[in-house]
Amino acid sequence: MRKNRKDSAIMKSKNVQLSALKESNAKNTYTKTRRKKQNGFCYKLVKYRVFLLMLLPALLYTLVFSYIPMGGVILAFKKYSYAGGIFNSPWNGLKNFEFFFKSGQALLVTKNTVLYNLLFIAFNTCLQITVAVLLTEVKNKHFKKISQSIMFLPYFISWVIVSVIAFNLLSFDYGVINSIIEKLGGEKINFYTTGTVWPIILTLFGAWKGVGYGSVMYLAAIMGIDTSIYEAASIDGANVFQRIFKITIPLMMPTVVILFLLAVGGIFKGNFDMFYNLVGNNGVLYNYTDVIDTLTFRALISNNDFGMSAAAGLYQSVLCFVTILLVNKLVSIYSKDYTLF
Amino acid sequence: MKLKIKAASYEIKKSSDAKLLSFLAYFINGVIALFCLIPFIMVVSASFSSEEAIKRFGFSLYPREFTLEAYTTVFKEPMVVLRAYGVTIVLTILGTLAGLFLQTMTAYVLSRKEFEWRNKFSFFFYFTTLFSGGLVPSYILMTRYLGLKDSYLALFLPLLFSVYNLLVMKSYIMGLPESLIDAAKIDGCGEFGTMVKVVIPLLKPAMATVGLFIALAYWNDWYNAMLYIGKESMHPLQYFLYKQVNNIEAYKRIIESQQVSSEAASAMSMPTQSLKMALTVVVTGPIILLYPFVQKYFVQGITIGAVKG
Repeated sequence: MRKNRKDSAIMKSKNVQLSALKESNAKNTYTKTRRKKQNGFCYKLVKYRVFLLMLLPALLYTLVFSYIPMGGVILAFKKYSYAGGIFNSPWNGLKNFEFFFKSGQALLVTKNTVLYNLLFIAFNTCLQITVAVLLTEVKNKHFKKISQSIMFLPYFISWVIVSVIAFNLLSFDYGVINSIIEKLGGEKINFYTTGTVWPIILTLFGAWKGVGYGSVMYLAAIMGIDTSIYEAASIDGANVFQRIFKITIPLMMPTVVILFLLAVGGIFKGNFDMFYNLVGNNGVLYNYTDVIDTLTFRALISNNDFGMSAAAGLYQSVLCFVTILLVNKLVSIYSKDYTLF
Repeated sequence: MKLKIKAASYEIKKSSDAKLLSFLAYFINGVIALFCLIPFIMVVSASFSSEEAIKRFGFSLYPREFTLEAYTTVFKEPMVVLRAYGVTIVLTILGTLAGLFLQTMTAYVLSRKEFEWRNKFSFFFYFTTLFSGGLVPSYILMTRYLGLKDSYLALFLPLLFSVYNLLVMKSYIMGLPESLIDAAKIDGCGEFGTMVKVVIPLLKPAMATVGLFIALAYWNDWYNAMLYIGKESMHPLQYFLYKQVNNIEAYKRIIESQQVSSEAASAMSMPTQSLKMALTVVVTGPIILLYPFVQKYFVQGITIGAVKG
């Protein structure tokens, strides 16, 4: 009896175990099917319907204004006719590119775009770092605030207004710079026909407009430096210049490198706003001031040469894309945190 | 005794270094700030100078032969200037509001960790900064397929959405404590409700920053008007200035080339140089008055953007 009872007890417990196992098995298959459902595309479409609805306007906008024009690059290989539009115009092979490269314009505008950008990057970086470092040394709060505000002023105005200001300074007859040159007994310069001075003029105006904006980023980098490092250095007897060159600047380097690389990513992009407003449609200066963007614009608007303009545009987009990929690779070698994607 | 002297001389040396640096800091920043300011003063002073004074002495720092002639010429037909102002103001207000809403909503969705597809969609937006169709396809799209030539939408749409602003906004929202959003959801708020009632009120500095970026883009836009707007009555402020300045130059050249008699010339004469400057002052006006107040927000925005632009 006893044994029997024991047996039945064991049987019972086994039964319980078995049923528990069965139950858990059933649960497992249940969760499995549920998980399958959760991973399904349609399930997620329903689950995320509010998110997707909220994204919809921006998605449509980007699709229409960014992605559809990307498809339009095929125009670079077509002979555009107004009747045919993008899709029904006849193919033109590589003739648009041939024309663009053989005219010698491709080489000229590429060279100009790259050299101007290198000049801008070098000059702006040096100027903005100098301003940021020196601004942190200014102890008078009012001076600091006011001078920073004034440096920010040019950032807020349009390039159209800058062009009037430039005329005010550079005009042959009434310009301030020529008045000064005349007073000093020199010979007046006609800036608007002298190509060689434009790299300087454009660099200075670019720096003028960007100094307040650009220095803020370097200021933020300096603010992030631990002040105890400075205290330790001053106890060790470092003078103020050593402090700047041995601590501030080395510790700013990550920011400097990142901003430099980002700027290099856009090296094939000309600042159309700046070039077009300051130089204008001034044929005398093309050799010195024509960049890819101004050429593309002129080919489209003035000459109605859709094919060549599209070819130049595609050429620029591809160069930009390749440089950004290269730069991103460089950034990832330098620091994984700063990669763009 | 010796040690003391050494310490003292060191003190002097240190303070002279500090003095030199502090002098350089004030001097160089002061000079750069002056360079940033002087061109504006010259434009203003030229706008108040008489045409003869400009022709005789050139542009200068203070107005010679003070006159309001240029301004009276600008406002001879006040409606022309005011209409351009109206176009720009309406565009700026509508564009900023719509752009802010669109960018905040998109950034909110892309910042929600719960949303598994957020990285894919982020890349969808981000890719447009890597590769673009360029000027010609966009131009043809706008004019031919969307039919937006001579339409206010051609001024409104191109500046409405920018990936840079989206990223700035996203990094602000990512900075908010997640528990707040979770709490709102437990209280029964939907995603849209959570965004409007919980997230947006916490985003005031971000809204100010991104809003200013958008507003400035609309206020200073002339490029889209040049491409798409032919009707003069629809020109926004900056393009109005651009057109006027070029017209004045052309007008001047016509007078010079026709070699009209001096009497006729003086009858036709109008203050060309000071007029250009007065127009510039009128167009610059509000932004210059506004910027000391909004600059603070720009500084915030740039700093955030610099972390991950």
